[in-house]
Amino acid sequence: MSFEKFGKIGFISETKVASFVKHLEDGKIMATRCSRCGKLYFPPRADCPDDLSTDMKWQQLSGRCKLLTYTTAYFAPTGFRDDVPYTIGLVECEEGVKVYALLSKQIDEKEIRIGMNLQATPLRLSDNRITYELKKC
Amino acid sequence: MGVTIVGVGQTPFQRNCGINIRELCFEAFKDALEDINLTPKEIDASVICSAPEYDKQRSPAGLISEYLGLAPKPTFYAESLCSSSSTGVRVGYSFLESGLHEIVAVIGFQKMSEISSAEAQERMGRGADIQWESPFGTMMPAGYAMLARSHMKKYGTTEEQLAKIKVKSGKYALANPLAMFRREITLEDCLNARVIASPLKMFDCCANADGASCIIMAREEKARKITDTPVKVAGIGAASDTLSTTSRANLAGLDCAIQAGKQAYKMARIEPKDVDVAEVHDCFSIAELMAYENLGFCKPGEGGKLIEDSQTYLGGKIPVNIDGGLLSKGHPIGATGGSQIRTIVNQLQGKAGKTQVSGAEIGLVHNIGGIGLYGNVTILKR
Ligand SMILES: CC(C)(COP(=O)(O)OP(=O)(O)OC[C@H]1O[C@@H](n2cnc3c(N)ncnc32)[C@H](O)[C@@H]1OP(=O)(O)O)[C@@H](O)C(=O)NCCC(=O)NCCS
Ligand SMILES: [Zn+2]
Repeated sequence: MSFEKFGKIGFISETKVASFVKHLEDGKIMATRCSRCGKLYFPPRADCPDDLSTDMKWQQLSGRCKLLTYTTAYFAPTGFRDDVPYTIGLVECEEGVKVYALLSKQIDEKEIRIGMNLQATPLRLSDNRITYELKKC
Repeated sequence: MGVTIVGVGQTPFQRNCGINIRELCFEAFKDALEDINLTPKEIDASVICSAPEYDKQRSPAGLISEYLGLAPKPTFYAESLCSSSSTGVRVGYSFLESGLHEIVAVIGFQKMSEISSAEAQERMGRGADIQWESPFGTMMPAGYAMLARSHMKKYGTTEEQLAKIKVKSGKYALANPLAMFRREITLEDCLNARVIASPLKMFDCCANADGASCIIMAREEKARKITDTPVKVAGIGAASDTLSTTSRANLAGLDCAIQAGKQAYKMARIEPKDVDVAEVHDCFSIAELMAYENLGFCKPGEGGKLIEDSQTYLGGKIPVNIDGGLLSKGHPIGATGGSQIRTIVNQLQGKAGKTQVSGAEIGLVHNIGGIGLYGNVTILKR
């Protein structure tokens, strides 16, 4: 299964958690939970470093989250030049894990505040690619 | 037994330097050997330091070692992004302390102006987690900007306070002939400059450069034959943090710097207040401000006040980056740690000219790789 569809530009094609993309296409943002110690991981991982367990279960995130910090980029690396300005945010989900993603272009930069409530949501991109973004709730 | 630094060298940091990486390294090497009593043949190991993908050479240690006439002595490559050459110094320290080697050359280099700033940030963006963060267009200024935002929210730090760090940097760069930008920048220039990644603007950011540095290290018993003014490596600390932003515990400081600092202070048996002069990794203005706090020069949250009160100027409580820092010198990734160490060694040897801290006995170097990913803190004593 292939992970290379993920994101505006992908750098990884093979991974044990490639089915994350399939779930994303079904409208779900999934984390993984270690069956042995119960720890929840996002980004999802297939291997738990705390107890070396590889027995992980998928768990859907509600997407409800709060903004911890952000920046609006007016300069961009090669490959992302057409997208400026874009706002990168780090949010904390109600399940406790954090998500790193772009804020929706619908949100005006002046409205953005640390602590604001956001909703992590799957987003289809052109060329059959897919990602998630942070929307206003 | 102990480990000393007996020679330091650096090329000018500039754009479009017009020479290749082996020639850059040769210049720094020659500069380090200039006034000391040592020939290349006496160097029994070298550590070559840079970050990959800015030039095309793979495994550059062999190339540099040959060009400097160091083969057949062993040579090694050390990489930790922007802190590569202070990592090289840690490797050198272990070689000497273990007794494996007696005299080691640590050479850091980077030639960045062959590619554009956007191409350089493409490389740096892939210094983040390429599976979960790079696909969002991340880059170094964005990572530090997110820390700046969170620091401002938590402690009330202002854009003016950040700008004052660049104002200090510009002032001291005037006295550094090797710095890339040797001009004063006003507070207004800083505040009106174009936004790169909010709240960081043009002058809150260091610029890419070409350059090389060289540090010659020796076991203490060898040092006196090489120079009358060896500088002792009194403390050396290193730590790492998570690569992914999503796993970071601290969004208003660098835990790897706090950890590395604690180790170095303990080993040198000193406290932050004992440091006479410091070089910190000011790749962005916020990085210098967080370093004040993380190294214990002030309490957490008081970095803004420390610069506002001019306490990090010459004559202040703790002079920081009085060679211009990365913000004005330019930041040729792999050469930077060595350049910082060179500045402190010059201070401790009384050779710092216009920016000499009188009677400086203890100096500190804080060199960070990635966005608070790798932290090295080195304490040097006269
Ligand atoms: C900020 C940045 C994006 C600007 O790049 P850019 O758009 O290509 O801009 P330029 O380099 O052409 O600079 C524009 C002008 O400002 C000047 N300038 C840039 N940075 C400066 C600084 N720190 N101090 C003084 N002048 C500076 C340049 O000399 C240039 O002047 P000129 O037009 O008269 O020649 C780029 O410097 C950058 O990516 N910096 C961060 C590097 C980094 O992340 N390093 C690793 C950190 S650990
Ligand atoms: Zn587990």
